[in-house]
Amino acid sequence: MSEVIHAQPPAYKIIHSKKYDQKLLALMVLCILAFIVHAFINGQIEWKYVKENLFARQVMNGVENTIIMTLCSMVLGIVLGNLAAMMRMSENPVLRWLSIGYIWLFRGTPVLLQLLLWFNLALIFPVISLFGFFPMRTVDVMTPFMAALLGLGIQQGAYTAEIVRAGILSIDKGQMEAAQSIGMTRLKATFKIILPQAMRVIVPPIGNETIGMIKTTALASIIQFSEVLKNVEDVYYVNSRVIELLIVAAIWYLAIVTVFSVVQMYVERHFSKGWGRRVRAKADTIVPEAA
Amino acid sequence: MDHIISAIHVEKYFGAHHVLKDINLEVSPGEVVCIIGPSGSGKSTFLRCINQLETIEGGYVTINGEIAGYKQRGHLLYPLSDKEVAKQRQSVGMIFQRFNLFAHRTVLQNITEGPISVQKRPAKACQDEALVLLERVGLAGKAAAYPNELSGGQQQRVAIARSLAMHPKAMLFDEPTSALDPELIGEVLAVMKELALSGMTMIVVTHEIGFCREVADRVLFMDAGAIIAEGTAEEILQNPQNPRVKNFVSAVL
Repeated sequence: MSEVIHAQPPAYKIIHSKKYDQKLLALMVLCILAFIVHAFINGQIEWKYVKENLFARQVMNGVENTIIMTLCSMVLGIVLGNLAAMMRMSENPVLRWLSIGYIWLFRGTPVLLQLLLWFNLALIFPVISLFGFFPMRTVDVMTPFMAALLGLGIQQGAYTAEIVRAGILSIDKGQMEAAQSIGMTRLKATFKIILPQAMRVIVPPIGNETIGMIKTTALASIIQFSEVLKNVEDVYYVNSRVIELLIVAAIWYLAIVTVFSVVQMYVERHFSKGWGRRVRAKADTIVPEAA
Repeated sequence: MDHIISAIHVEKYFGAHHVLKDINLEVSPGEVVCIIGPSGSGKSTFLRCINQLETIEGGYVTINGEIAGYKQRGHLLYPLSDKEVAKQRQSVGMIFQRFNLFAHRTVLQNITEGPISVQKRPAKACQDEALVLLERVGLAGKAAAYPNELSGGQQQRVAIARSLAMHPKAMLFDEPTSALDPELIGEVLAVMKELALSGMTMIVVTHEIGFCREVADRVLFMDAGAIIAEGTAEEILQNPQNPRVKNFVSAVL
């Protein structure tokens, strides 16, 4: 057998596409952006007012109130949401329909309208009491803070209920059965086995809702709650620097949202244990030293 | 009462569908009972009724002489609370077709969850025992793994260890190898065989005829919700009298 001689194949060089169309588009977008930035720089914005007011006491006070209101209304929303989700999945039809009614009512009306209703509750109930005990004047109880908390928290509960329900439904029913087979009650299994796993599904949308809530608190300015927007408005009613102060508010909302987004990332990582992306070392630490 | 588990005239319906028809079974300590039969014959449902994952419409089940799920007062049976039912379930382990390991817990945590949070035993002792159990099912060194990092066969063996950690008096196996690749079935059956030899009382719903033949003290054949044949493995598998059983056995062998 003689050696087969292959003819030398011709050598080619690959030329990558220059993608001129994409580059042109990017250039156009940059031009538009430069135009907008230029407009703002040359517009009648007195940037020194932005700088002056960014850390003004009244503004900082508004930032603080916005954060407090976001956290409080989310806590109320999550508690109510969990409750409504469990009622919704109950075997008892009365509980189920109460939950459906709650979600229907508070998801079906604008938040702004709900805030106004809570704030003006004194018009229909001048005095409120606990089953006849501890009567109080409604105007004293229904402060802007209270009205905002109830308005935002209760409507948030209606959205959260659906998120929690979806999370619980995403867990295979075998998990409940396995938990019961090692002697757990349904309640214990729900808290130790089902909810921790459902959290993986529940946390990302709740994080999303929290970030939405930071911005929704701005609506509470309409009922005199002293959050960022309301306080910024109070400042520009005095000095007439409307745009400058609105820019201050925008900067603060962006800052708060950024911080919350980072927190959300860490919380999500925590609840995705057992599904790949996770830190390995933790699991090893609980292994006792084998004799 | 020297039966660990007994089922007396058990009847079960799913709506109008009569899934269990007058099922009677008495299992003595240390006995291994295999239940075979076609899909949909009610085998798994019966097993789930024993562990009160399903309710029954007629008859009753006893575990260690206690009626499962009810308090007896004269001729009346009153339902037990969720807590009391949970207590009863502790004495009977259950192995599922789909393993059902807790996905958010490591292997070790899966095994110690019940002993620590249900039986309130000291954590250190439970962990030591869990490591011994892991070795017994051939998974020493997997304590820190999460279930999704294990093969099906390994997960099922962890499930067996999880169940054993509760010190059950009897164990129920609901088609433990049906969801496994053929290559992985052997390792699970080997663990079950070892368990049977160690004297564990077992009821096994399975399609593994070889396992029945080797390990079962008694084989039941269920069809359309009724036990239609019962006997030793040899009587049922080698030499079936009932034509329905003969048909089934010749098809699966």
